[in-house]
Amino acid sequence: MKTTVLFDELGPRGKARLRIATIIAIVVVLGALVGIVLQLQHVGQLSGRLWSPLASWPNIRYLLDGLGMTLRIGLSCAAMSLVFGTVFGLGRLSPRRWLSLPAAAAIELFRAIPLILLVYFFLIGLPAFGWNLPPFWVLSIPIVLHAGSVFAEIVRAGVHSLDRGQFDAAAAIGLRRGQALRLVVLPQVFRALRPALVTQVIRTLKESSLGYVVSYPELLRNGQVLGEYNANFIQAYALTAAFYIVLNFGLSRIAELLDRPPRKRRRARVARVDSPAPAPLESVS
Amino acid sequence: MSVLFDHIGELLTGLLVTLELAVLAFPLALLIGTVLGVCRVGPIGPLRAVAGFYVQCLRNSPLLLVLVMVVFGLPYVGATVPLFGSVVLGLGLYFGAYVCETVRSGVAAVPTGQIEAARALGLTFAGVLRQVVLPQAFRSMAQPLGSIFINVCLASALGAAVGVQELTGSARQFNLDHAQPIPSFIAAAIGYLLITLTAGQLTGVIERKVRIRR
Repeated sequence: MKTTVLFDELGPRGKARLRIATIIAIVVVLGALVGIVLQLQHVGQLSGRLWSPLASWPNIRYLLDGLGMTLRIGLSCAAMSLVFGTVFGLGRLSPRRWLSLPAAAAIELFRAIPLILLVYFFLIGLPAFGWNLPPFWVLSIPIVLHAGSVFAEIVRAGVHSLDRGQFDAAAAIGLRRGQALRLVVLPQVFRALRPALVTQVIRTLKESSLGYVVSYPELLRNGQVLGEYNANFIQAYALTAAFYIVLNFGLSRIAELLDRPPRKRRRARVARVDSPAPAPLESVS
Repeated sequence: MSVLFDHIGELLTGLLVTLELAVLAFPLALLIGTVLGVCRVGPIGPLRAVAGFYVQCLRNSPLLLVLVMVVFGLPYVGATVPLFGSVVLGLGLYFGAYVCETVRSGVAAVPTGQIEAARALGLTFAGVLRQVVLPQAFRSMAQPLGSIFINVCLASALGAAVGVQELTGSARQFNLDHAQPIPSFIAAAIGYLLITLTAGQLTGVIERKVRIRR
């Protein structure tokens, strides 16, 4: 690991000090945990009455239903946002002003306003004009616009990071711009962006928690209903959080695996092409 | 449209609350994130594990869940925090995880030679971090921290879902009171655009100011 650069291989004194520090840290961490548990006990949040509903199958199934809805909306939004993002990202790169300017404006707008504002617009703004969309679309259109705009920037960065020679070579063998994009650029960009595709799913899964706002029965909303029904907010939300964390952690591990340089798998089929550096994948949502 | 200008004060108040949320939550996130980041690059195993666990948990759950847990959960565990304070706390806790990752990659971006030189001078781990690594790391972090700040501003809009009347919340309220969806939402969008554009420009300026020329 790179982090070891920060400190030397420790000598005997250093090792002793590190051991002491480790023991102190363990004590402090355990102390904090015990403190939390004691406080929870003190306010009665550990009583069986509050936790037992979570063990009953109907309640778990209710949360699993929510998880299913979260997956449904998250995955479909991810798919739609990939299309949206690719179209707008490439549109922004187009040499035609009438194409690139609107695309750029849309991308910048949807990235610069909070998702929940868009959701409220679709939830209470549009009905004023007699547009009553079903909750699924009230939730998913804003997510697609927002996550798609973020992905458009990722696509753009991916294309930019591609070696200039690829375009020149494509032009040299007589491909038109559209052909060059389709046959040369996009396949490489998408291969480099595989981790970003998974990150995109994580993003939309997390954003779908706004179902809480539009009363769409996804995971967070169902967790809330469960907490209200059984009067055990903390416990219900804790289980909900565990669902989200396990799901997204698994997905992010997949993204990390995809991020590793393809070693032996493809060597037989493709001559080594310097794959472009993946675009910044840090997602904050 | 004239309704909008008669009652623009309501939206401006919301804008102010949004700024207050961001300005209070960002330093909190910075503090939490730096402490966690130091734990994460440090030699003490348990602290590394705890910081890693924290980051994984927070980054993999939706912000709204964190906010809801803090806002509605804290009273149940015997901590009465005002609504505004708990939203700030939730934002700080959540973005602390992102700051931690930024700190970690910022530290990783400091050239090895610098660290070796610092160690050769006889600085301790804390000295290396405090006097050599972190000052440089923070400079290279200007850009990512700027975008985290913008994200805090945008994310503070989720306060509307738990009842804080910040910009989004007041746009919604404005719409409920005056039934003017287009003007109110456009005004709110302009407010956010102003914030993000200003913050983006500012980040650029700061980034150029503190950049290390090698």
